[in-house]
Amino acid sequence: MNTEKPQKQAADKATRYWKTNLRYLAILLSIWFSVSFGAGILFREGLDTFEIGGFPLGFWFAQQGSIYVFVILIFVYVRWMNRLDNQYGFDED
Amino acid sequence: MENVQIWTYVLVGITFSIYIGIAIWSRAGSTKEFYVAGGGVSPLANGMATAADWMSAASFISMAGLISFMGYDGAVYLMGWTGGYVLLALLLAPYLRKFGKFTVPDFIGERYYSNTARIVAVLCALLVSFTYVAGQMRGVGVVFSRFLEVDINTGVVIGMVIVLFYAVLGGMKGITYTQVAQYCILIFAFMVPAIFISIQMTGNPIPQLGMGSKGTDGVYLLEKLNGLSTQLGFAEYTQGTKSVVDIFAITAALMVGTAGLPHVIVRFFTVKRVRDARKSAGLALLFIAILYTTAPAVAVFARTNLINTVSGKEYSRLPGWFTNWEKTGLLAFEDKNGDGLVNYVADSQQNELHVDRDIMVLANPEIAALPAWVIALVAAGGLAAALSTAAGLLLVISASISHDLIKNVFNPKITEKQELIAARISAIGAVCVAGYFGINPPGFVAAVVALAFGLGAASFFPAIVLGIFYKKMNKEGAITGMIVGTSLMLFYMLKFKFGLFDGGKIAVEGLQSQWWFGISPEGFGTVSMLVNFAVSLFVNQFTKRVPKNVQAMVENIRIPRGAGEATH
Repeated sequence: MNTEKPQKQAADKATRYWKTNLRYLAILLSIWFSVSFGAGILFREGLDTFEIGGFPLGFWFAQQGSIYVFVILIFVYVRWMNRLDNQYGFDED
Repeated sequence: MENVQIWTYVLVGITFSIYIGIAIWSRAGSTKEFYVAGGGVSPLANGMATAADWMSAASFISMAGLISFMGYDGAVYLMGWTGGYVLLALLLAPYLRKFGKFTVPDFIGERYYSNTARIVAVLCALLVSFTYVAGQMRGVGVVFSRFLEVDINTGVVIGMVIVLFYAVLGGMKGITYTQVAQYCILIFAFMVPAIFISIQMTGNPIPQLGMGSKGTDGVYLLEKLNGLSTQLGFAEYTQGTKSVVDIFAITAALMVGTAGLPHVIVRFFTVKRVRDARKSAGLALLFIAILYTTAPAVAVFARTNLINTVSGKEYSRLPGWFTNWEKTGLLAFEDKNGDGLVNYVADSQQNELHVDRDIMVLANPEIAALPAWVIALVAAGGLAAALSTAAGLLLVISASISHDLIKNVFNPKITEKQELIAARISAIGAVCVAGYFGINPPGFVAAVVALAFGLGAASFFPAIVLGIFYKKMNKEGAITGMIVGTSLMLFYMLKFKFGLFDGGKIAVEGLQSQWWFGISPEGFGTVSMLVNFAVSLFVNQFTKRVPKNVQAMVENIRIPRGAGEATH
């Protein structure tokens, strides 16, 4: 059996792991961008024509909503990455 | 007022004894304990400590007031100072934890296989931390002077002694556990008055919801505030006045700057595993979000309250708190037209009321006629916020000197014991310098804090992100990028914030029309960061390739397994 093979396999595995990680980052960061810079800043005026409770919607995203989404995003990331680590056997202890 | 003073002495006394008790219990015996608390902090404790580390006197005392005068524009702080944690959690914290050293310059120095890079990083870390810490010590002094009627300078000295005690004795270990206690105190102190006031004004005990509810007169609070603001000639509260470009740039600069601040990053070196680093970033943001989603509600309540109580009323019949706070100079009334009424309007020619933004949090409990112990609690909370941030910054400064400079550059043969002594001496030195700036504050503290974020964004963030996500990034590119980004930021700040090239501070207003792309100095960190990225990648194309072993190191930090504990 040649010794290079397991090494190459390990490298492939690491690459696949990294690519999945990057895909997760792309998904989460686009949401991060859309709620804050999108809903809270760029499209704020349009959204302000809608109201939830006493809040104009764009204003709500800028001062409340985006922060809630940020917290959720990190916890989703934690879950996804723990699962991914587990699948690849990269989790610690 | 007497009653308030007694309560304040009692609460501040109790909280300070807790900090000192923790310091004695958690003495650091090794450099590892001193720099990263031994690397065994639980994610929950690290989350709280990070939140306290992060939320400074400015977050606690000034932010809600600032927002109440900015309206919608205040969102730059709310999103900017929370959104950075998403970047931190996704792009930096897990990998830096896997890398497993003690400081940010450690990472920069090894990833870019160069002591030059390390020294550039140390200089940036020192610049950022010193500018930031001066404001914190001043904050301690201000809180003392307002609530205990001692001299500001005496307040600064008391604060110095306390921080000195637990930072020098306990290092990161002492700081971590005092920060946990400080978080509990500051969040309790912030929430109690907010909840009381929310119930008073809207009947809803949750301030985040109260802000969007109807007041006692059946009109939505925000709608009413919009009406009041326009009546007095201000912009509508939910509209703001800054341009979209500038809002965008400032928010981005604060987010990226947050992710680039060394005293925040270093907290993620203190947990045991990569997964703990991710989790504690989430918990940290959750704990921060509690305050950051309440602050805009407090802003709305306080602003409405202020206008309702003061505007157009007879000066001689204003409530007692008004005269109390007039003494401190935070409120000032000048009867320009001599009609005995308080004319509070946007037009500065006719406006007769000066309101300092800090008063919105500090005097809020009095304005809402809350009991004395709540007012005292706000004092203890403000001190907790200022002390926890100051301690975190002092540790970065001491580690930069003893570990990054002495151990890794000038004298690698130093023993661990000697390094620990050096770390403690640098901490003492740093406290003294910070205290000096607290007592003789450079007039530009507020401006300089914005500079700290700009610098964090312009220097560290691109270097670290490229270091992790682009294996082929070489030292020539990274160093040039850091230097060009930082210099550009400094130049823009000196030109447009200090008017250095156009005849000093008086020129600053007039220069606004010359802002590049209409972006204020506060938001320019975004531009400097992009320039840093561009320069790094450009130079990288024309210089030597990265050594194989460094590429292997990058591959290694991308995978959590075998993170090990933080070592030399």
